[in-house]
Amino acid sequence: MTDDRSEMSEDDAGDGTAARSRNSAAGDYFIPYPDQVLENVLENVLVFLKSRRDRNAVSLVCKSWYRAEAYTRSDVFIGNCYAVAPRRVTQRFRRVRSVTIKGRPRFADFGLVPRDWGAHFSPWVSTMAIAYRSLEKIHLKRMSVTDDDLAVIAHSFPTFKELILVCCEGFGTSGLAVVVSDCRRLRVLELIEDDVSDDEVDWISCFPVDIPTNLESLTFDCVESPINFDSLEKLVARSPFLKKLRLNRYISIAQLYRLIIRAPQLTHLGTGSFSPPEQQQQQQQQQNDNNRDSDFVSAFAACRGIVCLSGFREISPEYLPAIVPVCANLTSLNLSYANIDAEQLKPVIHLRELRVFPIDATENAEVPVSDVGLLAISLGCRKLRSILYFCQQMTNAAVIAMSKNCPDLVVFRLCIIDRYRPDHVTGEPMDEGFGAIVKNCKKLTRLAVSGLLTDRAFSYIGQYGKLVRTLSVAFNGESDIGLKYILEGCTNLQKLEIRDSPFGDSALWSGLHHFYNMRFVWMSSCRVTRQGCTNVARQLPRLVVEVFRGDGVEGGERGDFVDTLYMYRSLDGPRADAPHYVNIL
Amino acid sequence: MMHLKETELCLGLPGGGGHNQEEPLKITGKRGFSETTHLKLNFVQPNESSSSSSDVSKDTTTTLYVKSPPAKAQVVGWPPVRNHRKNVIGGKRKTEEARLVKVSMDGAPYLRKVDLKMYKSYQQLSDALANMFCSFTTGNDGRQGMMTELMKESRLMDLLNSSEYVPSYEDKDGDWMLVGDVPWQMFVDSCKRLRIMKGSDAIGLAPRAMEKCRNS
Repeated sequence: MTDDRSEMSEDDAGDGTAARSRNSAAGDYFIPYPDQVLENVLENVLVFLKSRRDRNAVSLVCKSWYRAEAYTRSDVFIGNCYAVAPRRVTQRFRRVRSVTIKGRPRFADFGLVPRDWGAHFSPWVSTMAIAYRSLEKIHLKRMSVTDDDLAVIAHSFPTFKELILVCCEGFGTSGLAVVVSDCRRLRVLELIEDDVSDDEVDWISCFPVDIPTNLESLTFDCVESPINFDSLEKLVARSPFLKKLRLNRYISIAQLYRLIIRAPQLTHLGTGSFSPPEQQQQQQQQQNDNNRDSDFVSAFAACRGIVCLSGFREISPEYLPAIVPVCANLTSLNLSYANIDAEQLKPVIHLRELRVFPIDATENAEVPVSDVGLLAISLGCRKLRSILYFCQQMTNAAVIAMSKNCPDLVVFRLCIIDRYRPDHVTGEPMDEGFGAIVKNCKKLTRLAVSGLLTDRAFSYIGQYGKLVRTLSVAFNGESDIGLKYILEGCTNLQKLEIRDSPFGDSALWSGLHHFYNMRFVWMSSCRVTRQGCTNVARQLPRLVVEVFRGDGVEGGERGDFVDTLYMYRSLDGPRADAPHYVNIL
Repeated sequence: MMHLKETELCLGLPGGGGHNQEEPLKITGKRGFSETTHLKLNFVQPNESSSSSSDVSKDTTTTLYVKSPPAKAQVVGWPPVRNHRKNVIGGKRKTEEARLVKVSMDGAPYLRKVDLKMYKSYQQLSDALANMFCSFTTGNDGRQGMMTELMKESRLMDLLNSSEYVPSYEDKDGDWMLVGDVPWQMFVDSCKRLRIMKGSDAIGLAPRAMEKCRNS
């Protein structure tokens, strides 16, 4: 199974309940009133309830159940850091071991949100430092985290075990140094696609030396600074529980070899650069090739447990055959950073998740036919649950075929880079392809559409996409009716992100009945006006309606229309930390 | 948007003559939307012989993309690939000549690095530094912009006499100067490292800055 948990995707390709969580039981506590025996019993039962959706349901039964549930919830998930104030969370849930918080809207990853927009972790960590002394795990996505915040973590939670930061920024290697040296029980440190500043601190050497660590997972492939390899090697050698290791591009293939022979128990490996260091390339290539190849093959062969392989940041394709021994067991292979072609990758893999990224991510690039590729994938990976596929062009036939060959799809994200592109064979819009996906893939919860689409595509999505929770639309659509279909039809819709599509005020208005059920709505470069947004804000007082320009210029509008609308429900009103260019209506 | 214009005059199928050229361009009853790129043409397919019925009974209109559009201008955030990835796509990454300088601040436990090429003015640099170190400054409003404040002579003296912080830099010759002395680009080219020092320590650097204030 893939690492959806690490990426903090809510569209689990596995089952929804967090059976993998390692919570301790609620533990001993003192019951002040004998009358509350029933509540006591309930609490003992609720300890076993992990799914947050089930817990939310439980908390609605009655006050007594609400209290019992609040007392026993140990994992708190905050899907939008501005939906609720930290104090409210800590006052309701008193015995929390694990916190997950998501911040910035996803389109921030693509430069559509100015840098200082918000999502600061500081108010959360300072509140939790007092309220949650037993906190063990912090998972953050798209938050601004400072070195000071990391220091607070290291010094406030004596049993802290797990830190996962995804797409975060604001901290550097100095903060990491504090965490690894002072969190003595650290089991998991995963830095995924973060922007980590290079403060020239040798953080890898700051792990306590000479004693075995508890490390099970160490991911630092996004850290763009050199690593003290000597310290790393010693660290791996004294980490008997290490299962997941993801290296950055400063680790050469020779260094990789030295690491994996010390850790044959690895299940997840990020290979670093997967190429020799530059100096070596010319000289030693001929001489050592044969020796090295067989060494590599045997090293990889010794790692019998590897199920997830990634990295290949600066791949030298001649080393690829070394990974052949592990391919048969792989359920996840991420070659997204590798510049190789299909020829070089022959081993067949039984995949559950596939991500194909463009080698040349510009719009006008010449690429070989990609609908054939999609078809091939759909035939080869019948159990596919999640796909993210970039291409320059596509056909309805290929997408329809995928919908039939891979009925278990939970996540279908197709990005036809050439905008407004219809089916390149028939010239028709891509309506039927996406229609087939929502019709045939009955478990679909996440969908991203692209290419030329008319209102019809959206009518299909509204009609059949009843389980869809996340929908991404970009440079699509024909008229307001398209968005109306979505807002009226997709009853489980929680996250809607739209850019550069012709949806306006009347379409927005048609979602009034549903916005409180959603986590957020993002509309940028569409046709909503300030007045339209204000009308919505007036009708829904608990909705925070933010209007701003993606370039951070004051005003929020571009011509007649709002540049970016970002709205979300909140229990605690508009946020106090909004920068000057954000207008909250 | 541009596509309608481009294809208005060109009704030909790619690689072959178009039929019914006299027939006017017919847009079907579908909702018009200026940004759509497809046209609905009313014509008969040239090679219908393979199919049994030569008259297209069910649908005489077909959407056709008759001419590939001119290269599109780059759009922000498209394709939706994280910048992080974009930089490394295409094999070995060649980092551009960034002007990385170390930034230290008196009293702060952490050293930082900034890329001077990322900023276009002292104001921007000042804001960035303030953000980086704001937790350590004593009630300094990061947005003020230390540099521009520095430019005012009276303020300068106050600042240097107080315990507030003053940005200084080491230039190519190894001299320590107050930031803001020279035009921005000259600063970028000559700055080797930055140090944010206490005002009182920076008094020795004042004269040049004072002169500049008087002359400007």
